[in-house]
Amino acid sequence: MKAVAADNTELQDCYDLLATIHDPEIPVLSILDLGIVRDVELLRPLQDEGHIRVTITATYTGCPAMDTIALLIKMALLTKGYKKVEIATTIAPAWTTDWMSAAGKEKLKTYGIAPPDKRFEIPADGIVCPQCGSSHTRLLSEFGSTACKSLLQCNDCAEPFDYFKCH
Amino acid sequence: MTNASLIDFTLYVADSTLVLAQRNGDWCGHGPVLEQDIAITNVTLDLIGQSRSFYQYAAQLIGNDCTEDQLAYWRNEREFKNALLCERPNGDWAQTILRQTFFSFYQRELFMQLLQAADTTLSAIAEKSLKEVRYHCRWSSEWVCRLGDGTEESHRRLQVAVENLWPYTGELFIAAPYETALQIDTDTIKRNWLEALSTLFAAATLPAPSLTDTFMQTGGKTGQHTEALGYLLAELQYVQRSFPGCEW
Ligand SMILES: [Zn+2]
Repeated sequence: MKAVAADNTELQDCYDLLATIHDPEIPVLSILDLGIVRDVELLRPLQDEGHIRVTITATYTGCPAMDTIALLIKMALLTKGYKKVEIATTIAPAWTTDWMSAAGKEKLKTYGIAPPDKRFEIPADGIVCPQCGSSHTRLLSEFGSTACKSLLQCNDCAEPFDYFKCH
Repeated sequence: MTNASLIDFTLYVADSTLVLAQRNGDWCGHGPVLEQDIAITNVTLDLIGQSRSFYQYAAQLIGNDCTEDQLAYWRNEREFKNALLCERPNGDWAQTILRQTFFSFYQRELFMQLLQAADTTLSAIAEKSLKEVRYHCRWSSEWVCRLGDGTEESHRRLQVAVENLWPYTGELFIAAPYETALQIDTDTIKRNWLEALSTLFAAATLPAPSLTDTFMQTGGKTGQHTEALGYLLAELQYVQRSFPGCEW
């Protein structure tokens, strides 16, 4: 994601709007938290027909949420008044959990999903329980309810929980 | 390299991943335990995602408003270029797991080569897919170890799966004309694949694999398939063929 120049308030407004769009499968994360918005190009300002292009990238190639996310972005920007909204997709460089914001990781934890942890590039026993903070946990399945997660259970508080895999 | 070779190669990878995904998808709701039901369908979802990326690229290369859906739903058996391995029946869990292992190990080597491809779209799709493929390699090879080095029954079943599937592996390493045109080095793929598999088979207490003492089936890469593919496509394509252009 490119840094927004301080004087470009319209572009900043667009980013603020995108921050209100959430991943349909993990609604606690915005698409900015996830790091899937790669670029926003203001081609014509709002007062002059309004033409904008948003470039997004998929987390996993088969992520079924991508079509919905593209649609949500388009609807939000059309509602804001842009006459022409283009959604471009890019695959290179490949999305990585390194692009997830620190705020996003914190939100995941509060929501009950263990955020990606560099010490666990490969899901394993010991990933910190988001409920009680214990490392006394065990891996139940390398695959979880969506492509991006694994399933674990805490030995201390007994809660099963999802782990957002490093990718 | 001609554009036709690039299109054919892209379709070869797209068809192989789609056909294997269609096979794996049959396990949805039938996995041996819930976690593994979820695992195989997650692998399937990744394969569908990869096939979509390749179909979209092929459609773009073909032009004339061609779409990924046309390529997946409106081509006949003889036009499909998938590797024969991918269309082989599911059999039992051992056969499904072994088929996935053979293919994921192959994908890993093929996609590593594509990273260096002159075509930047191919290399980008390969880079993205490799992250998923490595995960599939690990998961499926853990199962091969568990079954091979498990009970007498699981070992026997895995051995039967090897016998059933092995004749369909050799084709992967015989370059089709479009692979030669793209300078895919199938010898290197073969060497690395066999090496990785030998290590795995040793861990799984299976006899060392050999590519030279078995008659190998060929033809999938150029559209000559086993009987199995026709039935698979009939199911895969049924809705679009019956109600052209339908959406839901
Ligand atoms: Zn806990």
